[in-house]
Parts: sequence; C-alpha cells; structure tokens
Amino acid sequence: MRDFDYVRPATISEALVAAAEPGSAYLAGGTNLLDLMKGGVTSPERIVDITRLPELNRIETLDDGGLRIGALVRNADLAHDPAFAKAYPAVAEALLSGASAQLRNAATAGGNLLQRTRCSYFYDTASACNRREPGSGCSALGGENRLHAILGWSDACIATHPSDFCVPLVALDAVVEIEGKQGRRHVTLEEFHRLPGDTPQRETVLEPGELIVAIRLPAEAASFAAHARYLKMRERTSYAFAVVSAAAALTVRDGKIRAARLALGGVAAKPWRARAAEAVLLGADADEAAFVRAADAALADASPPGDNAFKIELARRIVVRTLMSALAGTPALMPALPASPFSSLPGVRHDA
Amino acid sequence: MTSKTTIPVHLDINGQHHTLELEPRVTLLDALRDRLGLTGTKKGCDHGQCGACTVHVDGERVLACLTLAAQAEGRAITTIEGLAREGEPHPVQTAFLERDAFQCGYCTPGQIMSAVACIREGHAGSDEEIREYMAGNLCRCGAYPHIVAAVRQAALEAAS
Repeated sequence: MRDFDYVRPATISEALVAAAEPGSAYLAGGTNLLDLMKGGVTSPERIVDITRLPELNRIETLDDGGLRIGALVRNADLAHDPAFAKAYPAVAEALLSGASAQLRNAATAGGNLLQRTRCSYFYDTASACNRREPGSGCSALGGENRLHAILGWSDACIATHPSDFCVPLVALDAVVEIEGKQGRRHVTLEEFHRLPGDTPQRETVLEPGELIVAIRLPAEAASFAAHARYLKMRERTSYAFAVVSAAAALTVRDGKIRAARLALGGVAAKPWRARAAEAVLLGADADEAAFVRAADAALADASPPGDNAFKIELARRIVVRTLMSALAGTPALMPALPASPFSSLPGVRHDA
Repeated sequence: MTSKTTIPVHLDINGQHHTLELEPRVTLLDALRDRLGLTGTKKGCDHGQCGACTVHVDGERVLACLTLAAQAEGRAITTIEGLAREGEPHPVQTAFLERDAFQCGYCTPGQIMSAVACIREGHAGSDEEIREYMAGNLCRCGAYPHIVAAVRQAALEAAS
C-alpha cells in the first residue's frame, strides 16, 4: 500500500475542507477501500478518516414517519436493531446475508453504497479495465464473465455492483442525503448509481469531495413489513456475493396486489429497480402466474455479454421465488441462514 | 517515492497502553505482529477474506488486516494473547482443545476470537446458526465439524 497523509476531522465541515484537496478519499469502515489500496487499484494521497464524526452514527425516526440512517451506522448495528428489523425486515435480511460477521461490524451504511462496482479484472492491475483506467479496454469481455451483468451493461464495462443492502433499499424508495460545499442535497438511491455507458469510472452522481451523511426511508417503506423478503443465490452457502438476488415487498388485500416493489441485485452496475414488473403486479391476483409474468417483465431487456446467459433464467426464478416468499409472509424470526433459498430450518431462533 | 511522515498512535491492547510511531498505512495487524511482537494474530489472506486476523475492538470482532492502526486509537483491543485469565485458558480455548477443533492451527486464533464474540452475540444457538455466523473464518484443513462442536460446547457452558 502506498503511504498517504492521514487526517481525522472532528466535524463534517472540517471533513469537507480536508477532502477538498485533490487525491483525497473518505475512510469509514475501510472494508473495500483499504483492500483496493493494498492491491494498488486505488492510491489516495490523503485519507480523511470520518469514523469519529459524532452526528453520523444515529438511527432516527423523522416527524413524517420516515427513517434516517446515519451514514456511519454499521451494518451489524442496523440489522440487529429490533425496531429496524421489524419495520424493514427485507433490509435487515439483506444486511445479514452480506459479507461476514467481522466485516458487518466494520462496514457502514454510507460505505456500502460507495463500495466499488467491480470484477476480478478491476482488481487485477495487469488486466485492461475501463473502470480502473479509462480507455484501457475491458478484459472481462471475452474473458471469464459468467458472473457479470445481464442488464444495463455497455461494451465499456460489464461488472456488477455487489451490494445486498442497496437492493431492498432501492425497492423501498430510499433517498441519499449528501453534504457538499454547496450545502445539503437529496438524491434517490435509484438515481445515485450510474450505469457504465462510456464512462464506467463515474459510478455515482457524487461530486468530488461530497460526503454521504445519511440514507432516508420514506414512511411508506414500513407499510410492507408483513410481506417483504430478500433472497440471494450464491455459489456457496454463505459469505459470497450474489450471483443473483431479489428484494420483494407486497401489500395484498382480498387476494389482489395493492402495492408491489421489486429490485434485483448482482445483475447490473447498480441496484436494479424493476418498475416494469411492479406495473404488471399492481392490481393483479396475488398468485404464481402473476409472479411469472412479473419476472418476464423484469428480465425483458436482459442480454448476456458472455458466458452468463444462465443468469437471466436464474434471475426469473429468483424473482418468482422471492415474490412467493413475500406473499407467504415475513417470517416471525430471521432465518438462521438469512436470504438463503436453501434455508432448511425456517424459524430457527434469531435475535433480529 | 517520497516518504510521508510518521504519526504517533496510542493503542490499548489487552489492557496495556502502547505508543507507536507509525506510517499511516500500517494496519492494526502489522502493528500487532511486527511492532509489538503479538504474533498470535495471524496474517492469512491480508484481504479480509479468511478471518485469521480476527481481534476484538471494543468487545466486537473485526478484521485487523482491514483496520488501520490509526483507526483503532482509543479503542480497547483484545487479541488471542489477552483471552486467558490468571493463567487459565478461556473456556472457548479449552473447548477447542477438548474437541480437537484444529489441525495445523494457523486459523485457530482467529477462529477462537470469532467464536468468543459469536457466543457473546447470541449467535450460537444451533449448529446451523454457528456455521452461518462463523462463516468469516476459513479453515483450509477442513476442521469445521470439530470447530462447530467446540463452539456449541462453549456456548452451552456459557449458558449454564
């Protein structure tokens, strides 16, 4: 790892000043950034350690019934907060399906959004990667690409955003609260991450030096608590990124779907809100036939850039399975294997 | 390459206070092993994937390889060397011995630090839950069945 200047500001305004220097990077949990720095994938000149900023580690209920998650709230603390897990069970389940217990004790809510969209060629500095080095090409096209994107990719980049947390968040209309030199602004999570296009190196709408200070969930997000699930297909049972994942949230009355939210993970450079599928579900009978039609709508624009055509059918099946699980109802207890389609012991005790 | 300056870093490790002059890039893992001679904490992958470097920071398990030493300043750090009390092994250490929960032993300090936290968190209620909440600790010898048995035994002892 190349050395750097280390600064530890005490306030948000000090942090913004410190990070205004070109070559600066904010450090929170460090679970992605330090790893990338060790590999020489990124080499900041200055690290601005924001972990001691006092205001950013709170979970607050807002006057309008919404929720405000401070950017430094750690994944484990959020997932195991009983009130949070009760109101937003799919988000808690997604958090607990990600990484390991050690990493969840370090990783933060804001940092989760800013983990890099990446693949193994991004990590390998001997390979061409437009995301790491704009204009150098993409070794993944024509390379080992069976786990890459099936939606929203371009010839410049076919990597996926690996977040679990972001998938139910984008389904539930989460909003990112951003502080910069010009003051505070709000961006929907759906608009926060960018598709690669010709500029895959620009992953989000953040301007240099801007800081995520919180993530907000609107009041309506808690209305899905009785029928909300996150399911994640992995190549091993635990501690792996999603091959494909889905978050589904339903409101069902008299056998009809009155509201529906659906998003996919592991399929694109951003958490993928499936609005066309939601339109199919709205007003439909709450049954498997409707869910199959929704899955077809969600994947209508999918195409494989390489050896990953199997992910399209897999994604359809995960969408149907997740919607069926959501319809069946949120489990009273968090499953022992959160988000696993193979969880063999539903209802095994859990503290969330 | 231009050399950046070192910074003073105050670390509280196993109840002892240390002041080190470190380059900011020094991880907690390298500070423990190379500067303080606390080599019980192991460097496996050095990329946050294997769990061999698991330590406790303010009582919670984290990876020392993905923590800068400077980030740990002012926190209470516990390593495998700090688990025993008055010369007696920690109950989880005893359970690992009794259940033969290792072969080569390289992952064992990380497994034990992780297991102590796993039990304290209340995530050792069933074998399935133990496997899931210990998933961040890899054992290339494949001693997993005995590791699960050791964690289960220690959890039952802690509950009784």
